Parts: sequence; C-alpha cells; structure tokens
Amino acid sequence: MRNLSARVRGAPDRLLRDVSLSVAPGEVRGLVGESGAGKSMIGKAVLGILPRAVEVLSGEILLEGTDLLRLAPADRRRRIGATCALIPQDPLTALNPSRRIGPQMTDRLIDILGWSRTKAQDRARDLLAEVQITDPDRVLRQYPHELSGGMRQRVLIAAAFAAEPKLIVADEPTTALDVTVQKEVLRLIAGMQARHGTALLFVTHDLGVVSKVCQSLTVLYGGLVVENTTLRDFFPAPAHPYARALLAATPKYTDPGSSLVPVPQAVLDGVQAQVVAADRGWRNG
Amino acid sequence: MADGRGQVRRRLGLRLWLSAGWLTLLLLAALLAPWISPKDPLAQDLFLARLPPFWMDGTEPGYWLGTDSLGRDVLSRILHGARVAMTVALVAGTLTCVIGAALGLLAGFLRGWVDMVISRLIDIWMAFPPVLFSILLIAVIGPGLGAIILAIVVIDWTRFARVVRAEAMAQGAMDYVASAQVAGRGRTGTMLVEVLPNVLPLIVVLLTLEMGIAVIVEAILSFVNLSISTDDPTWGGMIAEGRTSVHQAWWVLVFPLITLFLTVLSFSQLGEGLKDRFDPVLR
Repeated sequence: MRNLSARVRGAPDRLLRDVSLSVAPGEVRGLVGESGAGKSMIGKAVLGILPRAVEVLSGEILLEGTDLLRLAPADRRRRIGATCALIPQDPLTALNPSRRIGPQMTDRLIDILGWSRTKAQDRARDLLAEVQITDPDRVLRQYPHELSGGMRQRVLIAAAFAAEPKLIVADEPTTALDVTVQKEVLRLIAGMQARHGTALLFVTHDLGVVSKVCQSLTVLYGGLVVENTTLRDFFPAPAHPYARALLAATPKYTDPGSSLVPVPQAVLDGVQAQVVAADRGWRNG
Repeated sequence: MADGRGQVRRRLGLRLWLSAGWLTLLLLAALLAPWISPKDPLAQDLFLARLPPFWMDGTEPGYWLGTDSLGRDVLSRILHGARVAMTVALVAGTLTCVIGAALGLLAGFLRGWVDMVISRLIDIWMAFPPVLFSILLIAVIGPGLGAIILAIVVIDWTRFARVVRAEAMAQGAMDYVASAQVAGRGRTGTMLVEVLPNVLPLIVVLLTLEMGIAVIVEAILSFVNLSISTDDPTWGGMIAEGRTSVHQAWWVLVFPLITLFLTVLSFSQLGEGLKDRFDPVLR
C-alpha cells in the first residue's frame, strides 16, 4: 500500500494520511494504534469493504503488482475474493445465522474459484480438521447458533484459509473472545499462517499480542504512520516517541502492582503536530 | 421433553395449529361455498325473516344460524362472504408484502440515493389518513374486488417497507455481510442470499398480520357500502345490516362478527407461530 489517503465524503480532515505499508508473503505485520487511529479502516480499504461514506483520495493498494483501486468494481471483487480473506472481529455476527456452516465456507471456492461442490466440501472438511474441530462433517451441517463463540472463530479461521489466499486481514480477531480462548485462537492463527505461508495483516491494539505473533509492525496515530519497523528493532527501543510511550503504557504481567502509565501530553502534542504538518503538505499539494 | 424449553415449544405449536386449522377451514369454506352452503345466500323469503339460530325456539330446519330481516340464511352468507374475505386477504396481503418488502430491502441494503427516494416516499405516504385515502381511491376507481385490493396495496405497502428497511439496515451492518463481500459476492447476491433470508421471518410475520388487516379493511369498506356490489354477501355488509336489527335479531350481527374476529386473530397468531418455527436462533 502506497501513500493511501482517505476521508469521509465531504469532511475537511483525512482519516488516513498518506499511509504506506507492505506485507511480504509469509510475513505477519501487526497494525497497532489507539481507537479511531484508522487501523480497521486500512484493513477495510485493502479488502474493498470501506463504508460507502468513505472515499479514497489518493494512493494505491498493490496486490502482487496490480493496483486494486484501478480495477473495475466487479474485477476487484473477484480479485479480492480469490486472493484475500478476512478474519473478523466478532465471531457472533460474522457468520450468517440463517445459513449452514458448509455453504458459507464453500461459497467462495465454488463461485470464485470454480471448484466442484464435492471438492469444495472436502476442502472445508480438511480445514475444519486442521483447526482442531473434532467432528467436521457435523459442523458443516450445523447453523452458527449451534456452535460456541470459540468454535465459530475456528470456523472463521478455517474459512479464511479455505481459498489459500495470498493475504489475510485479521481485524482484532481475539478482542471479542474470552481471555481463556484468546491464547488458543492466537496460536491457531499463527500456526495456520506458518503452515500456509500466507501474508497476514494483524490489526490489534494489544502490543502483547503483536509480540507473540508478528514479525513486523506499523504504529498508527490519527491515520498517520508513526513507525514502520520490525519486531526485533521495535521492542528494545521504538524509534518514535509516541511508539515508546505506547509501549510504556502497556501493563506488565511481571509487575501487576505498577500503575498504568498514560501517554505523556508532550508526546501527544508532538505527534499531533506531526499530523497537522502532514495535512499542511496535503492542502498545499 | 420435560424441560421448560420443551413446554414452551409445545404451547407455541398449539397456537400455530389452532390458527392454521381455522384458516384452512375458512379457505375450504370459501372454495366450496356454492356446494356446502345449506341455502342460497341471496334467496329472500319474508315468511322466514329473523329466524333464530338452531338451539332457540321457533327455528326452521336447515337454517342453522338463523336468517336476517329479509329471510336470507346467515350461515350460507357467512360461507359466501369468506370467498371475498379470503381473496382479499391472500391477494392483497401478498401483493402488499412483495412490493413493500422489495422496496424496504432495496432502501435498507443499498442505502444512498435509493434509500433517500424510498424513505421520502414513505414519509409522504404516511401523511395521508389511510381510511379517507382508501374511500377516496374507491370513490374514484369505483367499487369492486379489484378496487379493494388496489386500495389496500397502495395504502399498506409502507408498513412493510419501513420495517423491512430497518431490519435490512441492521443486518447489512453485520460482519457476515462484510465477509461475504470479501469472499467475492456482489451487491445483489449479498442482498438476496445473505440478507434476505435473515429478514424473511420478519416478512412472514408482517405478511400474516397484513392478511388480517386486509380482512378488516375489506369489512370496513363493505360496512360503509364501498365494497363489491351490494348483492354479494360480505362479512362487513352483514355486520352493517345486522346492526340495524340487533335488538330483534342479534345473530345477524354476532355470527359474522365472531367469524371476522377469529379470522383476524388466527392470521396474527399464525404469524407468531411461524416466526418461532422459522427463526434459526429461536428454534
């Protein structure tokens, strides 16, 4: 993704300010930032599901060399359907309640990839087994409400990998889950990603999660990329003061008594000034 | 099934079967009215006027529910009245449902200018007083079965459009819709395959309610003599005639009234019962 800018139609300010980031094949990139920093917006832009009110002003989204934004809507849809997938935030609303699991997993394989029904079903069964669902055949025939939250998230993970996508966007996949299930789901996603060699864009606000599954990360503030780095460089010493403060604000399990450290006002002022500076260039240009 | 959930299900089942049973009976009566009516519903015989129903004194055999002030058989007229009532319920209900739900679904799912146009149309429509509107409409196009149906469709489509629009909007915001679109489904496909099935239980409930409403509207219109030609028996017409002689012959008023009441009640209960069957989450 290069220099992507977007805003709410007609609004004076941009939601995304010249965002550039890339995910290499097989790489897991964390995308962190506060609420409203534009993390999910980036994920949605990549997948072509931005809300109608949001318009892309400039920039390009390159997928294997093709700019998705240049494609006609129908082509873009097929392209994304064949190469990208989403692991959504809330497993409770991410499956259609009135359709069985099976068709929901195989739709894409049949419609976009043109597989036969039996082949798609075999594939879905294999993947459910891979995410450690004990009775895949039964689950395929079940409705979402018959499964627990954790089970549904497994189904969604399996479904995301079904078409062997090049890129998966995981939009806070563990936020809506019970803490006890979170770790398991994380391990599952990481394991699947490693086995399938998929590029993964992992949207989260939890640096702890980032440290466990990602190789690189992008820190976002106010729709502006403040740090784009590898995990190895980030955790000992983040380059940007805001990123440093964010890291310092993460509660430490080793020292539960310590009080939460808020991001200092000076740092916030600094990063805010940076946002304003970025906008000045944009308005002039 | 001894647990609480099982008992709830059984009770809902009873409601469903009772209402469906009554409506089936009525539908059969409507279809078979010419053959099963004991008397000719239009035959007048002033010597047999205001005969009481069968369990009272002074009845004539064959006139089960008595006769009205012109000597016409009440039971036969109720049976024949069912034809008009059921036609209006099924045809007007279905047409209203299809048109209203389609517009509501389009507005709620597509949003944008489609929603703007349809929503403003609903707002304007709802500013008309419905009863006056229907009387006006029929006064213009003239009475008749087609006119009643048209009046109901033209007035009541907003009922569906509003509710379906709201539900389609709520469903459209769900993650599964986003997932389907990432998976390469187009807008029309998403609307029909993903959203519509989840709005369907609601549409079914509305449809049955609408059928009940259609029966009432038809009765009101025939009560004020704006329904089909005055000769053909309708429940509303019978109630209107029975009203004038209620002190001498209450049965002319009461039997069509009970029929009407049970029919409308059955339609709404059928809707509730079906909803519980349909909804995968409640099931």
